[in-house]
Amino acid sequence: MATLELSGVEKSFGATPVLHGIDLRVAEGEMIVVVGASGCGKSTLLRIVAGLEEPTAGRVRIGGRDVTALEPADRDVAMVFQNYALYPHMTVERNMAYGLRIRGLPKAEIARRVGEAAELLGIGALLGRRPRQLSGGQRQRVAMGRAIVREPALFLFDEPLSNLDARLRVQMRAEIRRLQRRLGVTSLFVTHDQTEAMTLGDRLVVMHAGHAAQVATPMEIWARPANTFVAGFIGSPSMNLLEAQLAEEGRAALLRAGPSLRFADGARPGPAGRRLLVGVRPEHLRPVAEGEGGAPLDVSLELAEPLGSESVLHGRLASGEAVTARVPGLVAGVEGALRLSIQASEAHVFDAETGARLDAVG
Amino acid sequence: MQRRVIFNGTALPLLLLAPQLAVTAVFFLWPAGVAVYQSVLQQDAWGLRTEFVGLRNFAEVFADPDWRAAAWNTALFSAAVAGLAMGAALVLAVQADKSIRGARAYRTLLIWPYAVAPAVAAVLWLFLFHPSIGLIGRALNANGIPWDTRLNGGQAMALVVLAAAWKQVSYNFIFFLAGLQAIPKSVLEAAAIDGARPVRRFWTVVFPLLSPTTFFLLVVNLVYAFFDTFGTIHALTGGGPGKATETLIYKAYVEGVQNTNLGSSAAQSVILMVIVVALTMVQFRFVERRVHY
Amino acid sequence: MSAVVHEGDRIAAATATRRRRRSGALTHAILLLGVLAVVFPIWIAVVGSTHDASTIGRGDVPLLPGAEAVENYATALTGGAGRFRSSPAALMLWNSAAMAVLIACGKISISLLSAYAVAFFSFPGRMLAFWTIFLTLMLPVEVRIIPTYQVIVDLDLFDSMAGLTVPLMASATATLLFRQFFLTVPDEVVEAAKIDGAGPLRFFRDILLPLSVTNIAALFVILFIYGWNQYLWPLLVVNDRSLETVVVGLTRMIGNGDAQNEWNVIMATAVLALLPPVAVVVVMQRWFVRGLTETEK
Repeated sequence: MATLELSGVEKSFGATPVLHGIDLRVAEGEMIVVVGASGCGKSTLLRIVAGLEEPTAGRVRIGGRDVTALEPADRDVAMVFQNYALYPHMTVERNMAYGLRIRGLPKAEIARRVGEAAELLGIGALLGRRPRQLSGGQRQRVAMGRAIVREPALFLFDEPLSNLDARLRVQMRAEIRRLQRRLGVTSLFVTHDQTEAMTLGDRLVVMHAGHAAQVATPMEIWARPANTFVAGFIGSPSMNLLEAQLAEEGRAALLRAGPSLRFADGARPGPAGRRLLVGVRPEHLRPVAEGEGGAPLDVSLELAEPLGSESVLHGRLASGEAVTARVPGLVAGVEGALRLSIQASEAHVFDAETGARLDAVG
Repeated sequence: MQRRVIFNGTALPLLLLAPQLAVTAVFFLWPAGVAVYQSVLQQDAWGLRTEFVGLRNFAEVFADPDWRAAAWNTALFSAAVAGLAMGAALVLAVQADKSIRGARAYRTLLIWPYAVAPAVAAVLWLFLFHPSIGLIGRALNANGIPWDTRLNGGQAMALVVLAAAWKQVSYNFIFFLAGLQAIPKSVLEAAAIDGARPVRRFWTVVFPLLSPTTFFLLVVNLVYAFFDTFGTIHALTGGGPGKATETLIYKAYVEGVQNTNLGSSAAQSVILMVIVVALTMVQFRFVERRVHY
Repeated sequence: MSAVVHEGDRIAAATATRRRRRSGALTHAILLLGVLAVVFPIWIAVVGSTHDASTIGRGDVPLLPGAEAVENYATALTGGAGRFRSSPAALMLWNSAAMAVLIACGKISISLLSAYAVAFFSFPGRMLAFWTIFLTLMLPVEVRIIPTYQVIVDLDLFDSMAGLTVPLMASATATLLFRQFFLTVPDEVVEAAKIDGAGPLRFFRDILLPLSVTNIAALFVILFIYGWNQYLWPLLVVNDRSLETVVVGLTRMIGNGDAQNEWNVIMATAVLALLPPVAVVVVMQRWFVRGLTETEK
């Protein structure tokens, strides 16, 4: 158990920059999930922490100790790999014990730790088997066991759930969270799956093109995405981003689609006509009810996908922009016009040039 | 070309490579270099003086009627061995690929001659075709076909070809069978539904798909006939009668060991090296192409 | 109407069955012919090794085994035969076995180490080393007979087991095979080992070597046969009869192929000479086929 601290970590492969200066402080026992699309640099970041990759610049500290120049073996970290990376010729027991044997722990101690971990994970009956005799979920548990017996300062998870089928993934996700809480080991978990990120992390690092687009708790990221990338990445279907201009001395946005939306929480800075993007989550676009406030949007419906308890509607605004809405109940009609409304309190405002969130001033 | 994940260090890998490189340098590169060096020198009759003669040794080798005869023998021998061994193997592999009872037993029975040494194969065939004690040799003579491989050069050549090809059939069989089994059944079924009868199916679908294997085996068989059959010829005919079964390798051996014309022998070795290099290059260009499929 | 159609179907089906059955018979016939061609020379050798010398000398080689087997094989193993009095086959078999095992083990060890260096390390001269090893593919012993012989004499390795085996231990094929296999070991397994704390030598011993066992077995079969069947090289570097290998010794027994040879003992020796490699192939057939098809990729 220890803290993890990254300062100014950069990485280039040849002339191609992959990470542009990542700063991160992970508290003791905290579970940090690094999430992003493939190629965003999240795996590279994890591998730099593991010592499998050398950073081009920056430092890595574990428990206050600078480990940047150390071999993986000397960093006191354990890692769970996407494809489990079990040693195919060793039994489950040997797989879990291998790292301890290399470190020269006494036999009795190794047996104790392997036994405890096996019991914790419910794989006690499998200790004599080889990896190819195990199911995907069992292999996953063995890989976890191999990490646990090491009792490391830091757990590293490299997309450990993406090779499992959907049902097992949900089950293991909960189990990993429980184990991590119980053992209290500081953890870094990499995934491309936003649901995994939201459910597992104490805090998330949303990565985009080698930058940390936002570092915050799941709720914070949901409620106040720092920029259009995070806004679009978290949430499914993605948030609608509608073109607009700043109007009424910063107190409202004039949507290109027609209506004007008066901000609920105060004025945004900048001159009139400043180009904005107004973000609305699909579930916040509701059919207009009688006597309701908010800005009305006229949508020509193109496709309705009934999902049972709710429906996803795809349509187009007068401005030609595409919008997606999630409405309760079954919507059967496929074509026609529809009026939806935006509540000002549920709208997110971003600068169209930089994509950065614009909060109310004062 | 290399793994993404590697270990660091320079001394350790060099140490690991040392045995291989040492053997290679001492027993491969150095002798090959010496051969090239000697091929451009000429020793006088008493071995006291050597002088640089450029390509004269090569010119003399190429002009030597004996060498030309050996080259012709080699070409004939190699073509016959490759043709016979591959043809027989293909026929057998096609049959063994069918789903018949005992397919595994046939396979086992057909592959083990690979393990028989070329020289031992020669002894077996000599025992069969010996003019006075061989079962077949005597039968031929008794039926009015004069058979004696010690007198008739053509018969001697036929016998070395048989003995050399016999042993190689199993090798080709293994590869043809593997090649056939790699052809997806659905392709054959598609051809059958298109109305192609079995024979036509073989020549229009199976054989073309087998062509990478066939080409690969052709190179391997030529290399085998060139180099690995020294024992067959040495044990069976000793290059005779006359020089009827003398191949290039055999001639280089005879010249080097018995007559000690270093320059000429070295020039012959260099020519052989060029042939191997050419064959290897052909083989690897092909392998590369296959990789890109 | 429908009865007629059914009748037609039935006849067509029967014809198809018959055709299939006939082609099945043809298949068996061709395969049996192939097996016969493969087995016949060996069968005759076995038969020849069980009769007395005069039966064979008269030219009356029977098709069935005789009663002299024990005597012939005993003579072959202990005394040798032929007017050139070869070494006892027991000694020659021992020499062949020693040579084959040394060459196979030597090639495998040397190739494992160099393939590991080339596949798992990055160091100056890596490509040079790789191509140097690769080059040996193009320099078989047969094309450099005399200068290699000269090196053996200079190093005082003539008439020695070392001279017989060491020069044949370099192997581009085996190195390429192991390298190819090493490249398929998942990166994550290597990384897991690194995080577990294994250094390069430990990784080689604990992970890579156990994973290579099947490849090693397959290669051993091929290389054992390669070593056992060596001919030109032993002929060249061994003069001492006590180091004679069985393949070379066998052909020496024939001399110039005279009918007066003790062919029964020669055939007994031939059977002994081909038995060990054939046994290896038959017993380890699975590894053999795999080794053969993998080394040539």
